[in-house]
Amino acid sequence: MSLEIKHISKQFAQDETAILTDINLTIEKGEFVSIVGKSGCGKSTLLNLIAGLEQPTTGEILLNGNRVTKPGADRCVMFQENGLFPWLNVMENVLFGMQMNGVSKTEQMERAAHYLQMVNLWEYREYPIHQISGGMRQRTALARALSMHADVLLMDEPFSALDKQTSNQLREQLQSIWMKTHQTIVFITHSVEEAVYLSDRVVVLSPQVRGIRDVVDISLDRPRHVYDPEFTALRHKLLDEVKGED
Amino acid sequence: MGILIFLVILMVFWQGAYWLAVDVFSLCKFYSVPSPIGVFQRFMDLMEGGTLGIAITNSLIRGICGYAIAVLIGFTLGFLLHRFSYLQKNLKPVVLGLQTLPSVCWVPFSILWFGLSTQAILFVVVVGSAFGIAISVDNAFKNIPPIYIRAALTMGANKKQLYTRVIWPAALPQLVAGLKQGWSFAWRALMAGEVMTTSIGLGQTLITGRDLADINQVMLVMLLIVAIGVLIDNCIFSVIEKKLLRKRGLLPSASLHNQD
Repeated sequence: MSLEIKHISKQFAQDETAILTDINLTIEKGEFVSIVGKSGCGKSTLLNLIAGLEQPTTGEILLNGNRVTKPGADRCVMFQENGLFPWLNVMENVLFGMQMNGVSKTEQMERAAHYLQMVNLWEYREYPIHQISGGMRQRTALARALSMHADVLLMDEPFSALDKQTSNQLREQLQSIWMKTHQTIVFITHSVEEAVYLSDRVVVLSPQVRGIRDVVDISLDRPRHVYDPEFTALRHKLLDEVKGED
Repeated sequence: MGILIFLVILMVFWQGAYWLAVDVFSLCKFYSVPSPIGVFQRFMDLMEGGTLGIAITNSLIRGICGYAIAVLIGFTLGFLLHRFSYLQKNLKPVVLGLQTLPSVCWVPFSILWFGLSTQAILFVVVVGSAFGIAISVDNAFKNIPPIYIRAALTMGANKKQLYTRVIWPAALPQLVAGLKQGWSFAWRALMAGEVMTTSIGLGQTLITGRDLADINQVMLVMLLIVAIGVLIDNCIFSVIEKKLLRKRGLLPSASLHNQD
């Protein structure tokens, strides 16, 4: 499996300047790639293009050689917030994604149990969404996304609506889950620290060049620690790149 | 319970005012002011003769039948408005316009078409509430947070799944609210229709009260119309609405138990 982004540009209206120009990026199976950049750099737009929620103005996106034209379960998205359905409980929300894709009943139950345990929510499976905290909601959304066994999981700032402590806990949990599953992930974030902590590669988007400014490999061993000097060095290098231009 | 006590207090005041105005100071004639006791006596008389029971039953049957047809038409129309942007752009303003027309204005039209008949009343009920229901249905679909649809699409939902598993449940609380409002429109339209035509029903009992210059009967029927409207609203629609909202944590009492 690979996700190939070829010469993508995106312009929302004829008379506006393009938000993204000539983006080229290939993501391999099992890779964790983060996309960082200031607000307005087009990182969410890029994710929407990969998801098929929006269409590129020029260029194409290929998943396993097939052109992406519309949203699909092979490119599941985890949103910043409110992606869960309030009329379903935790378990039903996790099952929903699999039900859309003809996964057999027994398989559904097995996977739901597996991933709910993985995110430590098995005891809360009967809870309605409104009775669990923001962090638990995002863990539910993560279990739902993982259970679909998508080729690539797209995460759109999944922790940025949470408080600092919860978001740190969640990224730790995501790291250990990724070490177990090696799910291919494209992770959008405005936090450079989050990107360095989680990724194999970090793509820096810039509003000035309206595209990719740099791609940085992060070869630190996992599990990673924020106080590791190498981690700090990489974080500063990337922070400068993101800030660099003004 | 509190409201019942309040109503009793209100009755006592009403009877007291009647007693002062009519019996003590003779400011008004007894036949021009209704009193709780007089209304109650009239109620017993009319119940005994069976007239009132038949009138209530007739009105309820008409109301429910007319409302059911209105729901069917309103739902279909609302869904079409939502589904086709051409209709949304062109037909919706027309429906909105028709909705502002008071239902009593349909009565002459209805009589010319159907004569002084039950069909005429039903027609008024249907046009009186179907447009309102259509507008609410369209709005209910329109106000679904787009994130639900985006989430479902990226999980591979097809069109049918999107409608049955996401759009329908997401719109449900607002749909129920629209149906509830539709009932109040239907009930009002029914009274407009019954007052103007002459089939046996609450509206006709009201007009008979006027013809007999019986202020107590007029008051009685007015109170009954209010009571039945409120009763159906409270016992059916509000119960469903509260249940739905509570399940989703949209009522304050249910969201006090945050965990983690």
